[in-house]
Amino acid sequence: MLAAALILTASTASAAPLGSERQAALLYLLRQDCGSCHGSTMGGGLAPPLLPQSLAETPDDALIAAILDGRPGTPMPPWRFEINPNEAAWMVRQLKGGLAE
Amino acid sequence: MTLVTSPARLLLALLCLAVTSGAAGAEEMRGTGDLGIVIERTAGSVQIIETSERTSLDRIEGLGDLSHASAVFSRDGRYAFVFGRDGGLSKLDLLTRRLVKRVLQAGNSIGGAISQDGTLIAVSNYEPGGVRIFDTETLAPVADIPAIYGSNGARSKVVGLVDAPGDRFVFSLYDAGEIWIADVSQPDKPAITKFADVGQQPYDGLITPDGRTYIAGLFGEDGLAMLDLWRPEAGVRRLLDGYGRGEEKLPVYKMPHLEGWARAGDRIFLPAVGRHELLVLNAVTFSEIGRIPVHGQPVFAVARPDGRQVWVNFAHPLNDTVQIIDTQSLEIVQALQPGKGVMHLEFTPRGENVWISVRDADRVDVYDTDSFERIGSIQADKPSGIFLTARANRIGL
Ligand code: HEC
Repeated sequence: MLAAALILTASTASAAPLGSERQAALLYLLRQDCGSCHGSTMGGGLAPPLLPQSLAETPDDALIAAILDGRPGTPMPPWRFEINPNEAAWMVRQLKGGLAE
Repeated sequence: MTLVTSPARLLLALLCLAVTSGAAGAEEMRGTGDLGIVIERTAGSVQIIETSERTSLDRIEGLGDLSHASAVFSRDGRYAFVFGRDGGLSKLDLLTRRLVKRVLQAGNSIGGAISQDGTLIAVSNYEPGGVRIFDTETLAPVADIPAIYGSNGARSKVVGLVDAPGDRFVFSLYDAGEIWIADVSQPDKPAITKFADVGQQPYDGLITPDGRTYIAGLFGEDGLAMLDLWRPEAGVRRLLDGYGRGEEKLPVYKMPHLEGWARAGDRIFLPAVGRHELLVLNAVTFSEIGRIPVHGQPVFAVARPDGRQVWVNFAHPLNDTVQIIDTQSLEIVQALQPGKGVMHLEFTPRGENVWISVRDADRVDVYDTDSFERIGSIQADKPSGIFLTARANRIGL
């Protein structure tokens, strides 16, 4: 079992599911620290809203890139120093699906 | 349950009734000078605190989305007006410890101010962009100032709203790069004076304690925009133009605040944007005196009321630290690590203590500002802003 699980994780490293602790940490980051510009319920602030309806038209890749590398010339900063591509993709899925209240 | 029959019992019952029907806080008469509130940003609640014994007195719930919430006080220090992110404007009675009234006045708002005479509350809104003015007594709407700019009717987000002497409010238009003065001597017909092209993306503003100088911080370029309210006809002047010296900006993980900015003696201390520095200006000429390298992107730089120290907190991911600067030597004399998520600092009116909210630890800590010892702490749910009633008597707060 354990060995099989290990092989599985290794072969799908980039799409490996996130542990629940990391998920909780990312959700906390979203609400608290992304929330300082985007609003803690993602309804927008100085920065635009990150609600499902506001993101629906934008391809995932563009949103993932915005998170990892920021949007130069705007206040959106790069987060690559603490968020990896796999995690950014997970965050975009959360945002597009709508954060639970 | 037995029937109350004896006179003594009857008296007791009446007494109990008197206490419960009277205000919760009115058992003992008290002033409000040592009271304040702590915002619990996620829970949408506020704690009422007192700074003499350093305790929490009560909690008021149901105030909506309080991320980034701020507050001002009525001139008698009894009522707090809390500006929520979701456009909620709540009036709290600090003595009876009740929510008096709450209105949802916009979709998304950022802060507010109270007029010089205390009769009007102005709220700055992101959505719909503009300023709305309310009666402090009833929270009834009095005037609406849409922040329309350019030729296509676009509305700008409004930031940096402050009160100014002479029945005025001053604020900045983030998207438009403008500063507006609203004269509300006729409250329902505000007279607006506009200053265009003040610089790109003003993100916050401050007014000096004498009510004379309004300064907007710029995000989109290195510099500050300054307006002399004694001589508005002279227009907006640029301060510290190009203070970044063309160097690439560091990423900003939280916007700095200018409210609570620090003046100490003849010096002003302001957070730089995109550099880990405090900018030091001459308070008379507003020219640069120097810079102080600090731990991270500064968020608040607040002077102890006597002006001898400036306390600074920082943006994510360096938000576990507070640095203290001696305003004479410009040296960092102390660093504290209250915990992760230091959101705000508020001094007691005479500066012997400072209250610090530590979001991730769910605590508000109280420090002695001479010994730097932690001398108290209260539990709070994701605390952010701390506002003491002494603000009631200060221009711009
Ligand atoms: C300092 C303010 C600030 C912080 C903090 C911040 N953002 Fe942003 N963000 C912005 C701004 C401003 C924009 C709009 C950029 C533009 O105009 O293209 C933006 C844009 C975005 C976009 C693109 C939205 C779109 O519709 O194209 C995403 C996704 C995003 N941010 C996610 C995040 C996440 C996730 C975090 C936290 C890890 C975060 N942001 C933290 C300011 C911020």
